[in-house]
Amino acid sequence: MNKKSLVLVSMVLLITLLAAACKPKAKFECTDPKGCVDIAPGEPVRIGYMFVISGSDAPLGNDTKYGLEIAVDDKKEILGHPIEVVGEDCMCSAEGGQTASTKLAADPKLVAVVGTNCSSAARAAIPVMCGAGISMISPSNTAPDLTAEDRPAEYWCYLRTAHNDKVQGAAMAEFAWQKGFRKAATIHDGSLYADKLQQVFAEKFKELGGTITAQEAVGPEDTDMKPVLTRIAATQPDFIYYPIFIAAGAQITKQAREVPGLENVQLAGADGVFSPDFLEGAGDAVLGFYWSSPDFTAFGAGYKEFLQKYETKYGVKVLAPFHAHSYDAAMMIFAAIEKVAVKDPDGTLHIGRKALSDALFATKDFKGLTGNLTCSPTGDCADPKIAVYQCMNADPATWNPGADPDSNPKKVWP
Amino acid sequence: MLQRLRRQIPGTVVIMWCIGIAILGIVFWGTVATLRSGKYASAQWVDLFVYGIAQGGIYALIALGYTMVYGVLRMINFAHSEVFMSGPYIGYYVALALDQAGLLNRYPVLGLGIVILVAMTVSTTIAVLLERIAYRPLRRAPRLVPLITAIGASYFLSYAFLGLFGSDLKGYPEIQALKGTWNILGVEVLRPQIVVIVAALVMLAGLYLFVRHTKTGKAMQAVAEDKDCAALMGINVDRIIVITFAIGGALAGAAGVFYALLFKQVKFNMGFFPGIKAFTSAVLGGIGNVTGAMVGGMFLGIAESLFPNLVLDGLGIPAPYQLKDALAFTLLVLVLIFRPTGILGERLAAKKA
Repeated sequence: MNKKSLVLVSMVLLITLLAAACKPKAKFECTDPKGCVDIAPGEPVRIGYMFVISGSDAPLGNDTKYGLEIAVDDKKEILGHPIEVVGEDCMCSAEGGQTASTKLAADPKLVAVVGTNCSSAARAAIPVMCGAGISMISPSNTAPDLTAEDRPAEYWCYLRTAHNDKVQGAAMAEFAWQKGFRKAATIHDGSLYADKLQQVFAEKFKELGGTITAQEAVGPEDTDMKPVLTRIAATQPDFIYYPIFIAAGAQITKQAREVPGLENVQLAGADGVFSPDFLEGAGDAVLGFYWSSPDFTAFGAGYKEFLQKYETKYGVKVLAPFHAHSYDAAMMIFAAIEKVAVKDPDGTLHIGRKALSDALFATKDFKGLTGNLTCSPTGDCADPKIAVYQCMNADPATWNPGADPDSNPKKVWP
Repeated sequence: MLQRLRRQIPGTVVIMWCIGIAILGIVFWGTVATLRSGKYASAQWVDLFVYGIAQGGIYALIALGYTMVYGVLRMINFAHSEVFMSGPYIGYYVALALDQAGLLNRYPVLGLGIVILVAMTVSTTIAVLLERIAYRPLRRAPRLVPLITAIGASYFLSYAFLGLFGSDLKGYPEIQALKGTWNILGVEVLRPQIVVIVAALVMLAGLYLFVRHTKTGKAMQAVAEDKDCAALMGINVDRIIVITFAIGGALAGAAGVFYALLFKQVKFNMGFFPGIKAFTSAVLGGIGNVTGAMVGGMFLGIAESLFPNLVLDGLGIPAPYQLKDALAFTLLVLVLIFRPTGILGERLAAKKA
């Protein structure tokens, strides 16, 4: 190497060093313990969803999907970046949750996820999502143990805008007691949601002084419910609570009327069957049925406007109870991103994964459609208001939940 | 003496018998405990029994399709559950139209007849097409090949219906004449149950007579016994196989409408569970044996309806109906331990040996 080239090399080195020193701001360095998502200028901010969008529980998932999409429409952009929604069908099962979450977690650009619908799916999906550091908010998981004080540490990234079933089960028990029912039976389908919900109901009902005559279970795909109903009939309840899903729920509703001894028993379920599809499946037997579900009449001011957007965009009345919760979950994510994102001068966004999660957990008095949301340290963000609705007309076309005289189902409590 | 006995009976057989006897003991114990507790009135036992027969009749009708095809082709037609689903699915649209025209309630027998006929036609067509397109080209292939094809065909059909008609539940229109109960020998029995039981029994008897006493039926038996030999005797084997598929399909279509009468809804994947149960029934009764499928189906239906209450309740197991599938398959294991060829499977096994 001759002297000339040596000088040249040292000159180049010197200039680079100087240039580096003169640069006004150092290049962004990710210090987040869970890593960062970098979004180049013009690139969209990617939000994922895991909902049940096929099979008999599809209304539940589509409803939340619509809520999410309307939130994206309303928000339009975050810090100059468009919003992109990607999603997976997680069905209503642990296997579905496992598959969907594994697929989504493989995407390094994914910022946060809204989902799942069913608590069983959540239990499989949460560890995968938290393992990848991706914050996850569920609009419709209601099983108590997902946000219990002693939940596993690997659930750190999980929050929900749905009510906790501790509230829902107790509300139905109180309503049944006030209505004069004294002997109740419950049926669950082995899912996390149904099992916990009927337990909460049974405990509260006993506490109030009632008797639980039977606590039975069926399979989610069972069709012949008459044997199990005959078994329940032998214990002579006046109230049957089955907080399960649409397929099995519709069969129980229909067949209960045909089993001797249960002709006049009051039937009741929860938000899992709060859908016009349930009316379609259960037929005339559904008249007079009670649901516990979020109280739409207690929702915030923007809810009426939201409903109009929903109806104009999708051409249907709300399919299930959790559209607004999904909308709020998305809005919470957007607000948290705006709070923690670091923006380079060229427009590149850097979002720390742990920082985003911390910002979500710090959500306080967030004005959402479902009320004022404040997140607990274990991820319960809902402002839970539960109402009981009654079926006034078995025709699915009349589905229009509310408290108006012509509403169906109609709010009857509180 | 003891040593000779030991040499004659292998150790595994002894263990199997011990397991079997233990299970029988538990079943017996549970039954006695339940009956002694007197929790359930006799009318309730009768109800459970009737639900079981109705369900069993449906299983039996579907199981016949599995067993007949196995008899002539030595293959398990896993797409049969979709043949079962397709009939009532198309039948649903016919029933809906008839209901709107008021025909279903004014002339229930005629209306129901039309729906069943349509369902049988659709299922038969699909079964025959399956045989022609998916199975016949593979007639001489190794036995695993048509089996995998059958699974593929099953998925294809189920997802074709999903794509064409959507994934939601479709509620079958209710027939007013079938609401309420009829009094049979002093017992109030739900009308759909009676219709399903009677219709299923008539069909099962008809099939039995057909196979035993007609020329085609005898030809089917001949093909089941030895295809090549039957061909030498002047039997058109292809024709007999098509007829077998057609009969299986027709029975499955009828079973589908009965299923829809009982449960009043159809869905693209409704065939899966009844299909599995019917297959179990066929094995239980002795696969390849027509009478066996009937017996197996009835047995399984009654067991599912009656046994959780009868056996598990006495053992103090909470919410026993959750375990009815487990119970059904335990029964299968139990029967296969004592009779490896199924309840009525011996004759067939002897012939094949």
